[in-house]
Amino acid sequence: MTGEIIAIHAVSLCLLIGAGFALVGVIGMLKFNDPMTRLHAPTKVGTMGIGMLLLASVIHSFATGEGSVHETLIMAFLFVTAPIAAHFIAKVNIHRRTCETPPDPPRDETWSTLDTAATDGEGPGPG
Amino acid sequence: MARAFRWLLPHPFLTLLLALVWTLLQNEVSAGMVVFGLILGVLIPWGTSVWWPDTPEGFRLGRMTAYVLLVLWDIVIANVQVAWIVLSVPNRKLKPAWIVVPLDLREPEAITVLAGTITLTPGTVSSDLSDEGHSLLVHVLHTDDPDAVRDEIKTRYERRLQEIFS
Repeated sequence: MTGEIIAIHAVSLCLLIGAGFALVGVIGMLKFNDPMTRLHAPTKVGTMGIGMLLLASVIHSFATGEGSVHETLIMAFLFVTAPIAAHFIAKVNIHRRTCETPPDPPRDETWSTLDTAATDGEGPGPG
Repeated sequence: MARAFRWLLPHPFLTLLLALVWTLLQNEVSAGMVVFGLILGVLIPWGTSVWWPDTPEGFRLGRMTAYVLLVLWDIVIANVQVAWIVLSVPNRKLKPAWIVVPLDLREPEAITVLAGTITLTPGTVSSDLSDEGHSLLVHVLHTDDPDAVRDEIKTRYERRLQEIFS
């Protein structure tokens, strides 16, 4: 019986920590006022927030008898896809000049996002 | 023999990975499912090898496992640090910075893993690659010493990845 109680406490603790990190991520999202710094907030939710919630789910499933490891897959796919989404949001920010333009790279000519024809910047602009 | 092996299994680690993912998807370990996963793991890389002709030359699974554990630990530490920054540092005192990391890695797979690692570690987001792929652009949320962050990325992650993909 005590095992079950420990498991319940562990699950609650994991849920609390996960929810706490998700909350901090949301606060960061609302607080920061620049697209690039704002991008940092969701990376926290994506790793610790979701990770702790999934850990709670794993512990719960093993405590109630039917073990489940699906959560590892969710985590793995999240870890593979989240950086790509963040990378493209950053690229859009650089491309539309909504952030400070980065310094030139030391060894190559320019950043691949800025490697465009000069006329590209003369579009209708942010609308 | 080696050529037949190459033809049948163009990406041996992908085969293992697919079998593992299939078994995890079933959510139970049974011989039938593992065998079916292995069959998928042979068929899928074989069928798609036309679009993915290059196999990474060296890949050390043991070191990669150690690297993943290190990164997971770093993510936990960095999460706490960044949560503290979000809650305690006011916007006007925040010092975001661009960091340019000169890359010694040449394999596309290794650079992808490095960029992914940087983004997953809270506080840093890899934003762009230079047009020839020799530098990585990283955005840092809050730092007093951008050079130290760059050196840490180079010594902590890039050096290990060089050992893994070599």
